[in-house]
Amino acid sequence: MLPYAIRHLLLLGGAATTLALVPAEAKDAHAGTLRISGAWSRPTPGGAPAGIGYATVRNAGSRPDRLVGASSPNAERTELHDMSFRDGVMQMRPVKGGIVIPAGKTVRLAPSGYHVMLIGPKRPFVVGGTVPVTLRFEHAGSVKVAFDVRMSSPDMANEDKQR
Amino acid sequence: MRPRRMIALLMLCVGALSACDTSNSRQKKTGEGRPTASSTSIGGPFKLTDQKGKTVTERDLVGKPSLIFFGFTFCPEVCPTTLLHISKWLKDLGPNGGKINTFYVTIDPQRDTQKQLQLYLSSFDPRIRGLTGSPAQIAEVAKAYHVYYKRVNLKNGDYVMDHSTMIYMIDAAGRFAGPIGYGEPDDHVMPLLRDLISRRKPKFRQPDPSTSIERSEG
Repeated sequence: MLPYAIRHLLLLGGAATTLALVPAEAKDAHAGTLRISGAWSRPTPGGAPAGIGYATVRNAGSRPDRLVGASSPNAERTELHDMSFRDGVMQMRPVKGGIVIPAGKTVRLAPSGYHVMLIGPKRPFVVGGTVPVTLRFEHAGSVKVAFDVRMSSPDMANEDKQR
Repeated sequence: MRPRRMIALLMLCVGALSACDTSNSRQKKTGEGRPTASSTSIGGPFKLTDQKGKTVTERDLVGKPSLIFFGFTFCPEVCPTTLLHISKWLKDLGPNGGKINTFYVTIDPQRDTQKQLQLYLSSFDPRIRGLTGSPAQIAEVAKAYHVYYKRVNLKNGDYVMDHSTMIYMIDAAGRFAGPIGYGEPDDHVMPLLRDLISRRKPKFRQPDPSTSIERSEG
């Protein structure tokens, strides 16, 4: 049985398949007391008006920070959104006032929750590639992060196995 | 994240199942759809156009079982993920994959034109038919299937769509046969699809969700 990500890649086909057999792990990025890890994005279907980005932000400092915005040269526009499910209905909304990263805590931008909306991808996001994104924090400032394009979260191997 | 999603999923499944059980008075809660001659309250007449310009109506649901999913292409997670799952299931069904219709109905006809659906669906199994229509036609099919969708205008002039995330299983007679929730594992789904293709009622292999019924009723 092939791993979930690989099986799905075969569906998508293309030259990216072999690259993604051993998906590159995004390098951690640092800004002040913050560490950003596991940044990833999903491949965009043809003509998709928006891509999506996820990452884990760890605040080792003693005061809270806040993710207030993002930008990417690969997208026309970037927004911070939250997603929720209520009674089987998916709702997606822009985050008001940014995403607070409490002191000493870890906040995950992850499926079915907080995410970066990469609106108007300038070229398709292809598995095995990366999307450069600059995350802007209230205190720590701006930090460039490479989002790996992959089929599923690098730290959700357990979830993959359930599929 | 996972437990929350699973709870939503269970509630969704239970809600949809109780809605299709006409012997159950609870279904009156979802009784906005027009009365139909069939034994189920889910489904009804519609007229839409697929990504190749071909007309699709409720009559196309008769003869083969179908999967129907409602979504929109601006949706960055649930919709492409669901379409990837459907593509995988079709592939895993092998030759039986041709014995089931698969439809992706947009609830955002303003952005999801026939051309846009053609482009978008080129990334998935070519057997998936993307359906669009006028806002009135989309409203009609959504009402027939009790699909919740709502346009939410954002301050920046953009908009997003709230929408139901389940996949509808329709039997070869065009009747609702049960839901598949978002993120349902493949090993739960494949037996359901095999049931559907074999003209059996899909047998749900889930624990008794009686407590969830109360919650969803609340």
